[in-house]
Amino acid sequence: MRKTIARLTAVALTAVIAACTPITAEAKERSYTYNYDYWGDVQDSPDLYSVCKVFTSSDLKLDKKLANPQGLYVHDNSVFICDTGNNRIIELERTARESLSVKNIIEEVKGAPDVNTLSGPTDIAISVEGNIFIADKGNSRILKLDKDLNFIMQFTKPTDNTLDPKVPFAPNKLVVDTAERVYCIATGINKGLIKYEADGEFSGFVGATPASYDFVQFIWKKIASQEQLAKMEAFVPTEYDNIYMDGDGFIYACTGSVAEEDLKSGKVDAVRQLNLLGNDILVRNGVYYDGKFPVYGDLYMGSGGGYSGPSYFSDVTCFENDIYVCLDKNRGRLFSYDDQGKMVFICGGNGHMDGYFRKPIGLDHMGYDLFVLDQLDCAITMFTQTDFGAKVFEAMDLFDEGKYEESQAVWEKVIEMNGNYDLAYIGIGRSYLRQKDYKTAMEYFELKYDADNYSKAYRQYRKIWVEEHIVPIVIVILLLFLIPLGIGKYKSIKYEFETSDAFKYNN
Amino acid sequence: MFASLTSKENWQRYLKSLKYSLYVITHPIDGFWDLTHERRGSYAAANTILFLTILARILSLRYTSFIFIQVYWEELNILTYILSILFPLALFVIGNWALTTLFDGKGRLGQVYMATCYALTPYPLIHFPLMIFSNFITVDEAEFYSTMAMIALIWIAFIGIFGMSQVHEYSFGKNILFLVATVFAMLVMIFILMLFFSMVSQGVAYFISLGKEMLYRM
Repeated sequence: MRKTIARLTAVALTAVIAACTPITAEAKERSYTYNYDYWGDVQDSPDLYSVCKVFTSSDLKLDKKLANPQGLYVHDNSVFICDTGNNRIIELERTARESLSVKNIIEEVKGAPDVNTLSGPTDIAISVEGNIFIADKGNSRILKLDKDLNFIMQFTKPTDNTLDPKVPFAPNKLVVDTAERVYCIATGINKGLIKYEADGEFSGFVGATPASYDFVQFIWKKIASQEQLAKMEAFVPTEYDNIYMDGDGFIYACTGSVAEEDLKSGKVDAVRQLNLLGNDILVRNGVYYDGKFPVYGDLYMGSGGGYSGPSYFSDVTCFENDIYVCLDKNRGRLFSYDDQGKMVFICGGNGHMDGYFRKPIGLDHMGYDLFVLDQLDCAITMFTQTDFGAKVFEAMDLFDEGKYEESQAVWEKVIEMNGNYDLAYIGIGRSYLRQKDYKTAMEYFELKYDADNYSKAYRQYRKIWVEEHIVPIVIVILLLFLIPLGIGKYKSIKYEFETSDAFKYNN
Repeated sequence: MFASLTSKENWQRYLKSLKYSLYVITHPIDGFWDLTHERRGSYAAANTILFLTILARILSLRYTSFIFIQVYWEELNILTYILSILFPLALFVIGNWALTTLFDGKGRLGQVYMATCYALTPYPLIHFPLMIFSNFITVDEAEFYSTMAMIALIWIAFIGIFGMSQVHEYSFGKNILFLVATVFAMLVMIFILMLFFSMVSQGVAYFISLGKEMLYRM
């Protein structure tokens, strides 16, 4: 007996120890592309984009190696690289799907007032008329050239008495609208985008980010000494890092140098879509358990793999179908959202393999292909859509064209390839909604917690249901009133009978 | 024990005391006085109300429209969920009794428990119909839902305050004072419990590592 007890105790002790030993957690290998679901959980996904080719200086057969390139711009069939370190801009032409070849190298302009050479150009843009605009940062000017590089005019430091006259003008990024107005980001100017009219006149700042300001900071400022004040960050709006003008003339502006708390509290935005007045009109309507889905890249900002903090958006581009892609310099990722602010895909990472980056700085698109410029690697990565990605985009485009049944069929193929793709479920739901199949639409929306769309479908469903069942509904309501009324009446008559004197003679 | 279950009188008394909760929530001052002093309430009814409250909370996880309640099922543990209701309730009852008993409170532990449970009556009363109702409304009509849920809470708090003052035979001011003090008593209890559990777990960890060490050497 005693032996049994001893044995049992030993077994129990072993079991307890085994239970308390931590199970060695396996580091789960994530897929290259992923997505966030309603709960903010990471869902592995098949690739929507994959690397088609990586072009280095030697692949492009350049005479000088790219040095510190900072700008990438796509116009029609050409890719422009601002080879900032070599003071030149390289125009590459896409001759076939997988090949880029040097078409032209812009080193000098003709007939400029001061100097004809470029000095550290950081961005280039081409207007509808074919005129070339170059942010010639080192020479503190924006050049406007015709397509043969003849000087037309230049845009210089805006005459605004709030700007420090000692600080040289450093135009960094620029876009040009259809009327050849220039919007530019200059280093050190945080009042928003500098806007020049077509005639070169400075016409004001647009789209400044609201300055982040809080009460605790204010109190600290009051009691801090001069030295402490100097170390503190000023109450200033954040500067934009990059801009992109979409086909409709809206400017996508992104900024990366923002604090984690400000992003999370919604005080600052990582990406904004500015209209002509400079107001942010970006739709943030993605479904998320905690309000609206945040458009600031990675949801988890903890440190890992040597990187920490929020995503640093260094460039943004927008396709014709209003899906936009942001480039994260911090973790080397691409974040893509649709026009409702729903996550389309996330891919990439830091590293040396193809499709991974070290310091991605420029992003643009040609059709549905993406080009990413890496500042440290001095390489251009070309992404093309996979079958899965093409299906997702096709489904969205079909929906926008009003072909709801076709769109639904394509979304169903998407689900076959990735059952965790939330957009597909919502897309099918929206197609059913347009086809007036409200019940099925509701089921799809409920699966992915899309309360707004669900309510849209349910409102119609409820209306139809009430209209179809109006007769029984009226009868039930009437009965609810009439039955208690009848019972009351019956009781009072019965009472009258029982207490009435008229019947008392019989007793 | 089972004899009491078959007795018709007991059942009638139980149903009567359960029905009395409807009187308590509409006439809190009068109702709570009679609840304990006239023995018109029963523990069975109090337990039933508590059970219904917990049931309403659990069922609404599944049957309330997803517009209002979204549940992360992967991390839902039904036992901890039930405990998250029972534990604060127990803390409140014990904390309140422990404090008031030192300061002329007339209520005994059981009576505090009974009054608290009776004060919870509006919860199942409002939340069961609300759960069904929620499936027939859209996002735009969400205000109805949140207003009703808010009414339930305010109602509970309101009659709870009266309940405590009647059970302990306190004046209004003193009652409020001791309800606030109860919150602090609850915090103190949580603190001590945490201290206790961390010490126990460290003690257990010590013996486990001792055992491990011995197993390695054997």
